[in-house]
Amino acid sequence: MPPDPLVKGLLSGDRIALAKLITDVESGSPRASEALRTVYARTGRSTVVGFAGPLGVGKSSLISRLVRYLRTEGLKVGVVAVDPSSPFSGGAVLGDRVRLDLPRGDKGVFVRSMATRGQAGGLAQGTRDTVRLMEAFGMDVVIVETVGSGQSDVNIRDVATTRVVVLVPHLGDDIQSLKAGLFEIADIFAVNKSDLPGSAEAVRHLREMTTIMSPRSDWRPDVTECSALNATGIEELWKKIQRHEDFVRKESSAHQESRDRLKKELRELLQRKLEERLRSMLLEDGEVEEWARQVEEGKIDPYTGSDRIVQRLSGQGRSKTVSRRSPRLDKGARPRG
Amino acid sequence: MPLRGKTSEVSTKERPLRVIIAKPGLDGHDRGAKVVARALRDAGMEVIYLGLRQTPETIVEAAIEEDADVIGLSLLSGAHMSLIPRVMKLLKDKKVRGVSVVAGGIIPDEDATRLRKIGVKGIFGPGSTLETIIQQVQNAGGRHAS
Repeated sequence: MPPDPLVKGLLSGDRIALAKLITDVESGSPRASEALRTVYARTGRSTVVGFAGPLGVGKSSLISRLVRYLRTEGLKVGVVAVDPSSPFSGGAVLGDRVRLDLPRGDKGVFVRSMATRGQAGGLAQGTRDTVRLMEAFGMDVVIVETVGSGQSDVNIRDVATTRVVVLVPHLGDDIQSLKAGLFEIADIFAVNKSDLPGSAEAVRHLREMTTIMSPRSDWRPDVTECSALNATGIEELWKKIQRHEDFVRKESSAHQESRDRLKKELRELLQRKLEERLRSMLLEDGEVEEWARQVEEGKIDPYTGSDRIVQRLSGQGRSKTVSRRSPRLDKGARPRG
Repeated sequence: MPLRGKTSEVSTKERPLRVIIAKPGLDGHDRGAKVVARALRDAGMEVIYLGLRQTPETIVEAAIEEDADVIGLSLLSGAHMSLIPRVMKLLKDKKVRGVSVVAGGIIPDEDATRLRKIGVKGIFGPGSTLETIIQQVQNAGGRHAS
């Protein structure tokens, strides 16, 4: 197959090509898989930093400051900013660009906004692959901003090697910080809006917490203070990110994490591909449709219906391996391992 | 057809239109732009909101990076005859294809005619309904309203 002109464009620094490929990746087109296969070997070398945290803590503003700082250091930076899609209309307002006050016409920065399109966990489905495209494009640092929201938006763990959790003073007492979820994924806590009173106390609480929590690895989460408003603490934040990146390169516990990440990615990809395959099989099968119709009309219960469909598919030669391991149809095939 | 239209069909169906909404130039009135942004969101589009005081250069750069289908410009400042043609020219110079431009705000009829001549696909003055705007943005993005 002749090489995709968009991939050629991407590798020669064409911004339009990068943008179009991201669109393909977002919509999960076959062209995207082909492009990713081609550029995969060029990925994995950039620093990928994730920013997570509740909404309104200043993630975008902080990223804006960090990007400006990194540009003065001569580093090329990609930013992927994720905002939620409406569960009702499927539409979205992607507002992170408003806060990104970046040097005009700077070719060393590429910003892409993404809507979650129904994906839970704080990222969009195409986020990881978008990061890879930006790496292949030649970005030294790729920053991923997650949806500003909940305590359980922890998927950034699967994408970024260094995770910064952004907080602000007066977010809650120290019990909040004992809860599971967001706090567990942080490699670095950045207390933003340090210009406000209560900042030092927030830092103290977090430091205390990091000393009593049992760490996932030999890395103890770092705590740093910054203010996107006054542009203070930005260089320190970057130094801490670099310190963690050094740790990741050296430590064996971090290597295990990277293996786990790839294992999980493989599982997710398989799940998606098998689900697609399964769906096309289901559509062609009259008997399956009949069972489904009976469930819809209330003639049989969904448990029986799904069992029957799985049995039916197990009987089909080409679906044998797929459906035998598929406990529930609605989740698609879930290979375990 | 019971098993069609399951959640993961999102990946195979037509992707949402991506629309940039921006206010070029010196103009502090963004209520209209926000109302439109929200209406387009509710019509299922992905709106990349750039907000106030944007230059034609940043708007076009954003349209490139975001792979936008439509750029919506809002102007109440009277500078539409200098700023909108600049956006059109930049799109051409940078060889950006497949991006349509629409505009809203206070734009006199004779200016609207001239803007349409240089390729602006929709112009919405005071009193335009949100339905009209949604429909024309969909048309501009190559989608026909269902």
